[in-house]
Formats: sequence, structure tokens, C-alpha cells
Amino acid sequence: MTQASCHGDRSRPGALHDPIPTRPQLVLAGNPNVGKTTLFNALTGSSAKVSNYPGITVEVASGALTLPGGRIADLRDLPGTYSVNARSAEEQIALDALIGLDGAPVPDAVVVCIDATQVARAAYLLLQCQELGARCVVALTMVDEAGAAAPDPHALAGALGCEVVAVTARTGKGLDELRAAIDRALRAERRAVWHWQPGRALRARIDAVTAALPTAWCTATRHGAAVPGADDALALWALTCIEPRTGDPDDDELKVPDALRAAVVAEPAPRDDEAVLARWAWLDTEIPPLVSRPPDRTLTRRIDRVLLHRAAGFAAFLAVMSVLFMSLFWWAQPVIDAIDELFKWCGLELQGVLGAGIFTDFLRQGVIGGVGTVLKFLPQILLLFLFLGFLEDCGYLARVAYLMDRIMRSMNLHGRAFVPMLSGFACAVPALMATRTMERRRDRILTMMVVPLMTCSARLPVYTLVIGALIPGSLWIKSLLMVGMYLFSVVTALIAAWVLSRTFKPLKAKRLPFVIELPPYRWPRPGDVVRMMWSKSSMFLREAGTVILACSIALWALLYFPRHVPDGTPDYDALVERAPSDGARDSLRAEKRAILLENSYGGRLGHAIEPAIKPLGFDWKIGVGIIGAFAAREVFVSTLGIVYAVGDEADEQSEPLRQALRDERDSHGARAYTPLVGISLMIFFALACQCMSTLAVVRRETASLRWPVFLFGYMGVLAWVTSFCVFQLGRLLGLG
Amino acid sequence: MTSLAETPLGRAVAVHAVDGARAFRRRLLEMGLVPGTTVRVVTIAPLGDPLRIEVRGGQWSIRRAEAAQIQVAPR
Repeated sequence: MTQASCHGDRSRPGALHDPIPTRPQLVLAGNPNVGKTTLFNALTGSSAKVSNYPGITVEVASGALTLPGGRIADLRDLPGTYSVNARSAEEQIALDALIGLDGAPVPDAVVVCIDATQVARAAYLLLQCQELGARCVVALTMVDEAGAAAPDPHALAGALGCEVVAVTARTGKGLDELRAAIDRALRAERRAVWHWQPGRALRARIDAVTAALPTAWCTATRHGAAVPGADDALALWALTCIEPRTGDPDDDELKVPDALRAAVVAEPAPRDDEAVLARWAWLDTEIPPLVSRPPDRTLTRRIDRVLLHRAAGFAAFLAVMSVLFMSLFWWAQPVIDAIDELFKWCGLELQGVLGAGIFTDFLRQGVIGGVGTVLKFLPQILLLFLFLGFLEDCGYLARVAYLMDRIMRSMNLHGRAFVPMLSGFACAVPALMATRTMERRRDRILTMMVVPLMTCSARLPVYTLVIGALIPGSLWIKSLLMVGMYLFSVVTALIAAWVLSRTFKPLKAKRLPFVIELPPYRWPRPGDVVRMMWSKSSMFLREAGTVILACSIALWALLYFPRHVPDGTPDYDALVERAPSDGARDSLRAEKRAILLENSYGGRLGHAIEPAIKPLGFDWKIGVGIIGAFAAREVFVSTLGIVYAVGDEADEQSEPLRQALRDERDSHGARAYTPLVGISLMIFFALACQCMSTLAVVRRETASLRWPVFLFGYMGVLAWVTSFCVFQLGRLLGLG
Repeated sequence: MTSLAETPLGRAVAVHAVDGARAFRRRLLEMGLVPGTTVRVVTIAPLGDPLRIEVRGGQWSIRRAEAAQIQVAPR
């Protein structure tokens, strides 16, 4: 591949970049935990929107910012990063957005957040931005927290060579000055500022690589005029980050032109220490005189003495997690039930207005039922993100990773995967969304692949029905079996994580350092937490909810049409007319529904898949139930209720339904659903990913079809094989 | 010369060098663990790993195996 280089082609100035854009493009950069999001929220107000970077699962928030004079600028919040030297996809976004590569708009100015309690470390990122020729403005955050330890903004500005504005986002103090400073920066000339000079050997390497930079990357192209020194910084970045090609397509190596890679690889290693050390040498000389003393961390130390204590810390951890778990499990339930009731009521009212008919059924069961299915996820999503937002912002979530790393790591999971996996006991949907708290894509996806194995609350009605109807023995045995199903799910999830991360290439652990910052404890800002709850919920409704709604309507149609009854079926409508009592009428109606369901497309599909599920001990009726359960696992119960003509109001406690299951006979007149079939069925439900909402959310969170397909496939195979082994082995042992 | 993993709790030592894979070394250096920096192991997690270290007024969680790659000298 031949690439025109900076030195080879300067004939297209301004080809990609309009020097006076109608709307200035700004980005907000900074380390994690420096109050970047709070500042972003304060600057953009209600205009912020969260969306995904195309193709990858990194979220970006963007919003509008009003500059002095009424000019509107677009502000994008970058993922928190310590450096622009990318290794992971997340970090590369920061670089792309900072300098406008890979389709990102060229930013006209960069606002760098510097934490007043950690000036030197936060300024490291600023140094890199300055070298790259960005117009930088520093927002000095956490000034109130630093107190007397905060540096004087003017002195800091003098040292760094760019404007520094102290802001307190909570009170809005400094925001206007920051806007004014951004406005001034936008009018300033672009220049690259280097606070250090490369040695002779490094200089020669930089020159060699600068010559190989592709035209599109050069400042002459990006900004319309060459910015002296900025191309060198890009060359230095290339020298630092580009590795020889491994030849492995799954390795997420940086997307760079081959010519540039070749030029970098031709330079001898090591290529990177000098720049890092030189920047730090400069920072260690310039910053300490400006910071009179270290910030007061007594409070954080005191809290950590308890929360990270060997015994007390673990107890506190268990207490926090129990509250989180119980809230998802019990506090959300009344709201979910209320939503359920509300939608049932709406459906009945609608039927009253429109009368019976196919269109009414479509609206009532398909549309209203589907919207209800989507909205029923909201209470748990809101609650989980209320907790997550609080725990993250106060600094405890990072400590969860610290406390749990030893256990989670043995399964190749991130320490932070603990919270999503725990939430998976309530519902996989919010749990999958909670994987966002992990920075790396690989960690997130591995967690998403195992979270759906946890025993979610939708499996409970199925287990309750099966255990209640089919498992003999005392209440003790039944309870133990239920506990056993929970343990089974934890063990399979952990084993699955271990196996997947060892066998499946994209999920293999990379040898990236697991160094996480434990930020000081801070009071979360309710506004930030509410904003996150809002953005997560609205994103769920918009992007996953629509898919779930479409699927539930499709599923309704599958189990509803063609409304054709076989010849020889009694005329139920006439029979209902003549029925002597209400009870008789109800049972006739239920019988009619059972026949309609059996002859629906879904019912025929149940018959069609019978040969495939027969070896697991299931017949076509369970097959129809499994198809219906795709809407949500608990629908299995009501679907069986229709199949057995006990009415779709049957719940897992329904004695007629339980009796019907016990009375079911196979073609030889023997009991169809033995306890062994019950066990096999529960194992199938424990392992199979037959939940369209889970799949819709995985598709949305991974921004790909590949992962939901993989999840459905691997869990389906696992479920079939395990149920098969259990059922067949049990029969061989004479348990059937 | 010992590694950070062997440093007794609470003792302040100075970073001498960071070994290990390139990306790992660069990450630690960029976070400010450059030679000469004072570092202290504050606590060990309840399950024996990772370690909690204090560098430049900030706190980090770092695995034992990674701390073993950081050569330190007494101050």
C-alpha cells in the first residue's frame, strides 16, 4: 500500500477541514474521576445526548454549549483516559477525537480537565494534547475539595502555557470564564507546544516517521495549514503505540496505514521511554512549586480503614451488595406488578370499547402486551443505575473491583463484573447494561456472555411450577432443589467464563495491566446520577425496547394465527351459548383457546420441534411453552395454562395447572412428565438463552449481531446437551 | 534491589525501574511511576491480592504479579 506522506503532498490544504466552521467542535478530555462528567453536564445543560461510537461499544455524550456572544459550539465528552497513547479501542477514541482522525471531526479546541488535587498526573494528558497542536483550555476541577492545596490558576497557566480556569461545576462558579476562555482559544492561532526536546536519536526517529505519515493525518490537511511540531507529535505517538503486525485478525491492533506501520517497525526498539520520562521530568520540576501541600485525604483514609479492612471491609461489601440485590429483587417487584396490572386493565378497557375481534386481540395482546413487556424492565434498570451511579460516583465501585479481583480474576473476569453478575439474579437486562462500568470491551463482552446464565427472577415461576407439580417429596427437598438451581447457575456462569476466555479468541485475556485507580470518596451529585438513570433508560427504550416490542408482536402473531380449527372440532361458540353455567362457559372458552393455540403457527412449530426435544423428555406442549417463553421466561407458565385449557390467568401456584401436568399421559398411557422430565426442563430453562429481551440488549450493547447470535447458540447447545445427558442418564439409571 | 510486591506494608520506597511487557511498562510510567517516584503499599486486599498502593497522592489497586515487575529501592 502506498500512502502519500506529509512531505510528499501538500497540495490539498483544507481539503477536509473548513477553517471557520459554523459550529465550533469542542472536546472535553481528562483522566477518569476528575469531575469531567459533572463539568460536561454543567456546560451543556439539557442538550446532552448519549450515543455509541459507530461499531464499538463506547458511549459518547455530546451536547451544545453557548459561547459568549451567543455562538453555539458542539461539545463531546471523551472517555476518561490517562494518556493518548492508545492500546485499547477506548483509548484510541480519545486520540481520534483529539486530533480528528478516523472520521471524527477535527476539534477546534480541547478542554482538558485537571483535577486540582492531582495536578501533575492530569497535566500529563494536557502535555500530549499541546504537543499534538490542539488549542487547549484547562478547566481546573475539584478546587473546593483541594482547598488550600489547589494551585493558583494564574501561576499554573503561566507554567503550562495555556489558559486555566478554576471551575466549581456544582455551583456554576467559573463556567462563564471557562466559556470566555474557550472563545478566546478558538480565535487563537494553532501551535504545538513542546515542554521538552527529544534527544538526537529520538529526533532522527521522529523525522523518519513524520515523513511516512499519511496525508490525511498531517496538520496541513487537517487544519488547512501545517502546524510546526504537531506532525512530530503524531509521529512520536506512532513510534510509541504501533506494534509489528501479529497477523492475528482478532487482535485489536491499531488501524494505521501499512506504510506508517512499516516505517515505525523499521526503527529500533525501545522507542517510547524517553518521551514519557521527559514529560514527567518537566512536570516534576514545574508543578510541585505551584502546589503548596498535598490535599487532605484524612476522610478517605478513615473510610478505607473500615471499608477495605480484611474482615469489616468484607462484611460491609456483603451488606452493600445485599441491599442492592434485595432492592432489585423486592423493591422493584411491586412497581413491576403495578405496570403489569395497568396494562392488563388498559387491554380490558380497550376490549370494552372495541369489542372482540382480531384487531382488538392484536392491540391488546400484541401491542399493549409488548409495550408492557418493555416497560416492565424500567423499574429494575432505574434502580440498578441509581445504585451504580451512586456507588461509582462516591468511589466505592472501584473498590468492589479491588475486593473481588482475586475471585473474579480466577475466571478471567474483571473485578467489576461482580455487580452485573449479581444483578443477573434479578434480571439479565439491567445487568447487561451495567457492564458499561468496565472500561475494556473484552471484559464487557465476556461478562455479557455469562450474565444470562444467572438465575433471573423470570425463571422462578417456571421452577416453582415444575417443582410444585412434578417433584415429589417434602417441602425441604423442594426448597433444596430451588437453592440447588441457584448454585447451579452460579457455577455454570463461572465455568462458562473460564472456558470461553480460554477457548474463544476475542474473549481471551490480554496482558494489559490491571491497575485501577481508587479515587477519594466523594459525595455523588444527585443531578449526575439522575441524568445517567435517564440516559440509560431512554437509550434502553429507544434502541432495545423497539426491538423487544417488534419481537413480542411477532411472537404474538405466531401463537395467534391462522385461527383455523381442524375439521370435526365442535362449534365452541354455539356450545358456549347453550352452556348451563358460567363455569361451564369458561371451561368451553378455554378449550377453544387450547385448540386454536395448538393449530397456530407456533403450535405447529411446537409439533415440528418435538423430535428435537423428545430426547430431553419434552413433548410438543412443552415445545409450545418454550416458544412462548421466548417473550419472557415466565410466559412459559401462562402458555401451558392455555395449552391445558385452564386459562391464561394460570400462574405457577395454580393447582389445576399443576394437576393437569401430573395427569398428562404419553402414548403408552404412562405419566408423561416424570420428576426426571421436570429436572431436565429446569436445566433447559437454566441454560438456554430463550429470552428475546436479553438478545436485544446484547445486540445493542455490543453494537453487533455476532454476539447475540453467539450467545443464543452457545447457551442453546449447552442447554440441549446438558438436558439430554441428564434425561438419558436418568432413564438408564431407572429414574424415568 | 527488591520488587514492590515484597515491600513491607506502609514503608515508603522509591521506584527504580519498571519491567515487563511494553504496554504495561508504558502505562505505569505514564501514570507517573517513573524512576525516583515515592510509592507505598498501603494494604493488601482481604483475599491476599491485589495490593493497594499510594503514588503521588493517589491510590491504585495493582495485582501482586504486576507489583513484582516494579523494582524499588529504599529511600
